Amino acid sequence: MSDQNTLPEGKQEFNITVYTENQIGLLNRIAIIFTRRKINIDSLNTSPSEIESIHRFNIVINETEDVVRKLCRQIEKQVEVLKVYYHTNADVIWQEMALYKVPADIIAEKASVERLLRENGARAVVIRKDYIVFETTGHREETDNLISVLQPFGLIEFVRSARIAIIKDSEGFNRKLREFEQMEPGEDVIENEYLNQRDKVFTM
Amino acid sequence: MEVAQQDVLTAPEQQAAVELTGSAALLEALIVEGTETIFGYPGGAIMPIYDALYDYKEKLDHILVRHEQGGIHAGQGYARTSGKVGVVFATSGPGATNLVTGLADAQIDSTPLVCITGQVFAHLLGTDAFQETDVINITTPVTKWNYQITDANEIPEVIAKAFYIARSGRPGPVLIDITKNAQIQKFQFKGYTPCNHIRSYRPKPIIRPSFIERAAQVINEAKKPFILWGQGVLLGKAEQEFKAFVEKSGIPAAWTILGAGAIPTDHPQNVGMLGMHGNYGPNVLTNECDVLIAIGMRFDDRVTGRLDKYAKQAKVIHLDIDPAEIDKNVKTHVAVWGDCKETLPLLTQFVEAKQHTEWLAKFNEFTRQEEEQVINAELHPQTGEMTMGEVIDQLNGLTNGDAVIVTDVGQHQMVGCRYAKFNKTRSNVTSGGLGTMGFALPAAIGAKYGAKDRPVVAVIGDGGFQMTLQEMGTIMQTGIDVKILILNNQFLGMVRQWQELFNERRYSFVDIQSPDFVQVAKGYGIAGRSIKERADLKGALEEMLNSKGSFLLEVMVTKENNVFPMVPQGCSVSEIRLK
Repeated sequence: MSDQNTLPEGKQEFNITVYTENQIGLLNRIAIIFTRRKINIDSLNTSPSEIESIHRFNIVINETEDVVRKLCRQIEKQVEVLKVYYHTNADVIWQEMALYKVPADIIAEKASVERLLRENGARAVVIRKDYIVFETTGHREETDNLISVLQPFGLIEFVRSARIAIIKDSEGFNRKLREFEQMEPGEDVIENEYLNQRDKVFTM
Repeated sequence: MEVAQQDVLTAPEQQAAVELTGSAALLEALIVEGTETIFGYPGGAIMPIYDALYDYKEKLDHILVRHEQGGIHAGQGYARTSGKVGVVFATSGPGATNLVTGLADAQIDSTPLVCITGQVFAHLLGTDAFQETDVINITTPVTKWNYQITDANEIPEVIAKAFYIARSGRPGPVLIDITKNAQIQKFQFKGYTPCNHIRSYRPKPIIRPSFIERAAQVINEAKKPFILWGQGVLLGKAEQEFKAFVEKSGIPAAWTILGAGAIPTDHPQNVGMLGMHGNYGPNVLTNECDVLIAIGMRFDDRVTGRLDKYAKQAKVIHLDIDPAEIDKNVKTHVAVWGDCKETLPLLTQFVEAKQHTEWLAKFNEFTRQEEEQVINAELHPQTGEMTMGEVIDQLNGLTNGDAVIVTDVGQHQMVGCRYAKFNKTRSNVTSGGLGTMGFALPAAIGAKYGAKDRPVVAVIGDGGFQMTLQEMGTIMQTGIDVKILILNNQFLGMVRQWQELFNERRYSFVDIQSPDFVQVAKGYGIAGRSIKERADLKGALEEMLNSKGSFLLEVMVTKENNVFPMVPQGCSVSEIRLK
């Protein structure tokens, strides 16, 4: 039994992956789990998964593992949630996408578009007479880098996507989900499979 | 009349569809789900359902309450005594928002409910239409599940899901909001099939035998094991399995307020109530036991007191159906996830038969000290004024522990739960987690519908009674037999107790005036009596219990009596005060 007097372990970024039904109101139900504990969501992405009618949420928060574990249990408790996983940044491969809109004339006059693209791993998405839209994909510091480069040239608009993450140790996820989806009616899936190492891995 | 003329349980594919309105389909669904009694209040947005109900009067008993909050508390009382799902109707807007307190109460106390609210026409949603509120978003944090129906075709499937979710796994309240157009809309009803599976919903975790074996090993090695049980035992209908475990293991067992009655109060291994106003021994010895076996309880802060000083010496074994409860407040050594009706027999099988005589004697010694310093004075006071405890004690003597006791919230609740004797399960109905004043009177009405052959006594403080006393109108109209016992100390007693103990007797707005309760009851056609003298107590209680129909008895009790023992907020359970 751990000592509850000890200070909480340090906070770090955790990537929470949630597989859900495609259900109106579920986003709110999940968000409430964070807001009632006054936990800020740093990034949230939700989109259809590779399996029809199953959605995937990627949620990033900065918290201790103990808190994250409890949050995940509360999320997985929701009726329309199929499965929840959490991982540290080291356990996932993650990306964010950013779009940058800059005036075409200044860029053309004062900077070499080609150099910008090459040095920042960017790609021109739209080139018009009045503006150019660049796109980069990467970690936060990489997408931030191009902002500072473009700012002196009159950056008009910037937008960054939420984080998406692929879990490194996720062999068989897709197969599991498909099995999960096909199970009609209700033989229980193997739950609690990591219970005996629940301080290390969380899933139910 | 649009009552379906077919067997609704027949598999849908074998049936010819009949044309029904959404409202009629809803009522058909309720009948198949075993609903007998509905508590509700009509209004504009739920009128089509009420109109359809007119045709179903023979099959569905509708109780017209006086306030939607009364309706949902009645549904809770019904569910708690019957073990079935309580069904509640309310209209849109204010009708629906009046359910929120009851939903929160049912959510925290795991009470199975299906609440149906009317909603404005679908094309008006989001336009601030008359009596429109965003009921789904308002109730999301206080429901196990909720859903808005905008098309009658959805009704059979959604209602089936609602009942399945409400009653399965860890039970809870479900709210279904139905727009008026869906209630009116005619559709091809192909019969009703109850739900027993939802892809994304796992009501029960899989039992892992290796963890049962580990738990048994820890229990068998224990010198001073201690069982804490909660409402999970009752919700799982596992009273017999629990008793077998307790008796084979020989381990002393104590209960949370909602667990009361799972084994009789006088069972030799039942060592009392846990928590802030629980018994002396169970609290102190929590910090002495070597193994703590928590069954169907959630380590509420009113049970644990200060967490960092709670049972630090003990290995904790936690049996619970809800994985989210494991490690939530108290770290467990062995977690036994599952339905305790299934896990307890497995555990009993591996547990060695023992008698922890010396260890049990230690609890009994604490009981003796508590009796000497607290209980004797409460049950047999030497002063002229009556105490709440002696009223409950006299009531015990007259009901033989067979009554359903429904308590409100406050000092009388703690006294009631401490001193009431329960010989039967599902006898203690109270607002445990939320602490909702005004709960008892409507809950007692529902409790009587859920247990029609048992006496139901609502024990209520003078403050709480005034929050929902209009439900005497429901008693008047239905003629239901509920005994109302008001313990009147002319104060909001629990707050006053805290003010006395922790705020230097600064009695800020706790002296509450009350009307002549007997006269008010008389206005509702309910017989009543008020007493001040001890000499009248037994006779008055007998008169109440023997009266035909409902009866209100007001007992004037000591004004400034405190409920002890008490674990002051922020203290550890072993710092429990006897005075």
